[in-house]
Amino acid sequence: MSRLSDLLASGARPVVTAEFPSIDGGGLAAVERAADELRPFVDAVNATDNPAAHAHASNTSIAIGMLQFGLEPIMQVVCRDKNRLAMQADIMGASLFGVENVACLTGDDVTAGDEPEARRVFDLDSTQLIKVASGLAEGHYLSGRAIKEPPALFVGAVENPFAPPLDYRVLRAKKKAEAGARFLQLQIGYYPERPEAFVRGCVEQGVTQTTALIPTVVLTKTARALTFMNDSVPGISIPAEMIERVAGAGDKDAVAEASYQLTLELSQHALSLPGVSGIHLTDFRHDGSLERLVRDLGIGPAFDPVATVAGTTAV
Amino acid sequence: MPKLLPLFEHAVKKPVWDCRMCGQCVLHSTGMTCPMTCPKTLRNGPCGGVREDGNCEVKPEMRCVWVKAEERSHSPVNPHHWEAEFNDLRPPVDNRLQGTSSWINLVTKRDRRTPAGWSGETLAEEPASIGAALVEIDDPTMLPAGFHS
Ligand code: SF4
Repeated sequence: MSRLSDLLASGARPVVTAEFPSIDGGGLAAVERAADELRPFVDAVNATDNPAAHAHASNTSIAIGMLQFGLEPIMQVVCRDKNRLAMQADIMGASLFGVENVACLTGDDVTAGDEPEARRVFDLDSTQLIKVASGLAEGHYLSGRAIKEPPALFVGAVENPFAPPLDYRVLRAKKKAEAGARFLQLQIGYYPERPEAFVRGCVEQGVTQTTALIPTVVLTKTARALTFMNDSVPGISIPAEMIERVAGAGDKDAVAEASYQLTLELSQHALSLPGVSGIHLTDFRHDGSLERLVRDLGIGPAFDPVATVAGTTAV
Repeated sequence: MPKLLPLFEHAVKKPVWDCRMCGQCVLHSTGMTCPMTCPKTLRNGPCGGVREDGNCEVKPEMRCVWVKAEERSHSPVNPHHWEAEFNDLRPPVDNRLQGTSSWINLVTKRDRRTPAGWSGETLAEEPASIGAALVEIDDPTMLPAGFHS
């Protein structure tokens, strides 16, 4: 099975996943550059699927490209743009090249993107997609048509413990776990008490017995970035004191440092929660802070004994 | 009657629940809130975009359908067995039923029919496919018109 699933099953250490930057042209060299930057520090990386409803090089192409450059992909599949036939075909197609990790998402609405005129599809919802993808690995399409040599898939999803109705989010995570999600990347969030309550609930409901929880943190450099996320990104809300703390830190460098410290604190807090199996990093800084963060946290392939996990990435 | 019933059903359900005539009604299990009025037509709970105030990501002036559904499912007037069904995994919509009467589909159990794979079944035989049928045709002029274009 995928390295991600093996690592999670072994429980040897928290996993580190990250977001691959959007690629718009530049050939495979662009994919290689981004892969080189991330490879030493992460276990697997999300190949996004038209994030925030903006078109980019596709999830399948990026996932396959990553494999070529020795990076393990987690292929996101969102329900917004394609119907059930196309989504099954994408997962099956990518699996031919060795893409095993699949994350099933609802997807931001088209109105969040730069082509709000687009038709929204949502033929399946994310929970249904989890079940359909799991069925592919079991050897059948949704129709029941047999797949003689089923693909090895490690199916997961995303959940947002920060969005209302807060009490219900645990049950939704449970529903996704029961549908077949073996990992849940958690949405970016800045209220530490919310993932705390969510993770506790997931442990109580038995979700963590089958499903790994991986909270997300974001590396930002300015207070404006926080304000932007708070105002414009669906499902993300940031306490005003936090934004003020960063904004009031002083000059540009001091603000950048305060932003980093905030991310570090949120990461440490998330990793300290029983039931959390790793961390997902979104890097908007691209200034070496990702490396600094995994070093400060002391996790990731860079810290593994040579030849166990780190060695397997080289192709 | 079968032609009139969808019209009648819509006339009743549209004003109260903004019914979209999906033909496979799940209102009772969703706190009498129609999931097809969610802009993403989600049938298994709220997306991750719900706003801090509980309003919809897509329509900020509207309360999220699923926030409303969740609240209503716990309402004292909602029967307990309906409340329990709130967490059921609802199958993908059968798009062929759009515009038909869910009342008839309920009686005939048509609304319960799901593709075999949904319940984890693998079909024993290849379902009849055009591809399989084509190999039996030796004379290409016998092909249906569409295949020549
Ligand atoms: S916020 Fe609620 S109503 Fe709006 S798209 Fe998401 S689930 Fe549907």
